[in-house]
Amino acid sequence: MFELLGIPPQALFGQLLLGLINGAFYAMLSLGLAVIFGLLNVINFTHGAQYMMGAFGAWMLLNYLGIPFWGALVLSPIIVAIIGMAIEKTLLKRLYHLDHLYGLLLTFGLGLIIEGLFRRQYGSSGLPYNNPLPGGTNLGFMFLPNYRAFVVVASLVVCIATWYVIERTKLGSYLRAATERPDLVQAFGIDVPRMITLTYGFGVGLAALAGVLAAPAYQVSPTMGSNLIIVVFAVVVIGGMGSIMGAIITGFGLGVIEGLTKVFYPEASSTVIFVIMALVLMVKPAGLFGTAK
Amino acid sequence: MSTSSSTHPAPPAAAAPAEAGVNYGLVFGILAVLVLLVAPFGVYPVFLMKVMCFALFACAFNLLLGYTGLLSFGHAMFFGGSAYVCAHTVKVLGFSPELGLAAGVLFSVVLGFLAGLLSIRRQGIYFAMVTLALAQMFFFFCLQAKFTGGEDGLQAVPRRALFGLIDISKDINLYYLVLAIFVFGFLVIYRAIHSPFGQVLKAIRENEPRAISLGYRVNQYKLLAFVLSAALAGLAGSTKVLVFQLASLTDVAWQMSGEVVLMTLVGGMGTILGPVVGAAVIVTMQNYLAGLGEWVLVIQGVIFVLAVSLFRRGFVGEIIAIAQQMKARKSQG
Repeated sequence: MFELLGIPPQALFGQLLLGLINGAFYAMLSLGLAVIFGLLNVINFTHGAQYMMGAFGAWMLLNYLGIPFWGALVLSPIIVAIIGMAIEKTLLKRLYHLDHLYGLLLTFGLGLIIEGLFRRQYGSSGLPYNNPLPGGTNLGFMFLPNYRAFVVVASLVVCIATWYVIERTKLGSYLRAATERPDLVQAFGIDVPRMITLTYGFGVGLAALAGVLAAPAYQVSPTMGSNLIIVVFAVVVIGGMGSIMGAIITGFGLGVIEGLTKVFYPEASSTVIFVIMALVLMVKPAGLFGTAK
Repeated sequence: MSTSSSTHPAPPAAAAPAEAGVNYGLVFGILAVLVLLVAPFGVYPVFLMKVMCFALFACAFNLLLGYTGLLSFGHAMFFGGSAYVCAHTVKVLGFSPELGLAAGVLFSVVLGFLAGLLSIRRQGIYFAMVTLALAQMFFFFCLQAKFTGGEDGLQAVPRRALFGLIDISKDINLYYLVLAIFVFGFLVIYRAIHSPFGQVLKAIRENEPRAISLGYRVNQYKLLAFVLSAALAGLAGSTKVLVFQLASLTDVAWQMSGEVVLMTLVGGMGTILGPVVGAAVIVTMQNYLAGLGEWVLVIQGVIFVLAVSLFRRGFVGEIIAIAQQMKARKSQG
């Protein structure tokens, strides 16, 4: 069948794998956005910059302190999350009583500052980061690089764990309750402001973790976040903002669709997600997994 | 209760501000136009034209954000899209400037209608993200389409004679054309806001469910506001092509959408003059800070954060608030 379409299976599976990896990043980033949006009602426009900070964190830890990839995988997200929580405590917190648009505008400004500072320091071109898992396995029909397989698996584990915590544990039920009625949850003796801070930190940490995972797969560059984040916003619109599962499924799904488009009609590969978004909006304005609002 | 001059009770005091407000506005408007008429003899005209193009763009954007409560994060698609259309029709198809402008605006109207149909189905933050994503789709289209010239853009767009009569290759002549376009666009927005249509838009901004329950077809009003805003943003983009003889990817990039939000925010959203002041401040800043390279991005971000955290009403909004406080104090005696 593949030969009939004139496309060798090697290329097809190669693009499929690439799509799956891109999808892994879409899923992790839109998941982080969904978690933050759920409790803070803020579209975190700094998300792309925080993803980039995660990657740079890994690069700096390696080049300045000699900490290898596996250490950075833990350390960098924690550091970026702490910076994120400081931002929430000092700036974001003061906007909750206002229109949600102000949160979007504030985080947009923060994104500009962070990207500008990194571009000033490191220039716009990318910095290389060595692959921590060289080599790969020959599956017969295709060659599977170890690191790429690791990224997909790691992302799936993180996504499913996050989903489990939020939808199936007591902590998650507090979170979901606080999104509905923060005053009531507060009355039950739960420290909602602290929960909000930690949730923001967690969402930011997810973005940074995606950044660390991206560092060896792509390059470390100050613009990596702003290039990716708009696609992620489209993923979020397609999936429907309220849904954790929606973020994960749509993220992976759209990555794969994008990869397939690259095989069959390369010209459309950068727009296919936005075209799908327009189509979905016409049929289901709330997104595929979202609830109408 | 009161001791001295405020012996006149409520009626004159209530009538006076409204009447005086209109007069002040008129006087201010005439003064402003007079200043703009002589300004190019003191200030570099190209700089002033750039300010006016962006001021019109920001005013068009403010019609949507400030008066209808819709934050579009994709207005660069109208600004940049019509810039491409104007540049292409004038340079390649040999249109005269007035036809090029018309083609640009027409394009924005059509694109605005299509984008509006899709985006007004969502509200608030969702609306912002949908417009952003649509604009990004348009950006990639412009990046790949042949007629846009890719990374190079469309350069050296000729400045033909306007209506075959007026030579706009001279900066000073073009300046008066741009001034006329700016005043026209500004008056269109002024009329729109101070009309029953504008009142309905404000009602939608304040309380959409109530506007619906009063029987207004809210979506039609929103769509009309969106198309009007797109058309004027397109007029600004097309005019910019005549000034700089260039249409490029910068005009359609999402950073441009962010810049127009910044201008409106700094000047004061929901005020008629705010976007003009904001555009002047930001364009001036960019001109003088251009040598600092990447710092410009950082400074813009800092202004964004300061504007959102500390002075949300913007320059003009704060001045209005102070003036109202003083008036309230005076009327208290």
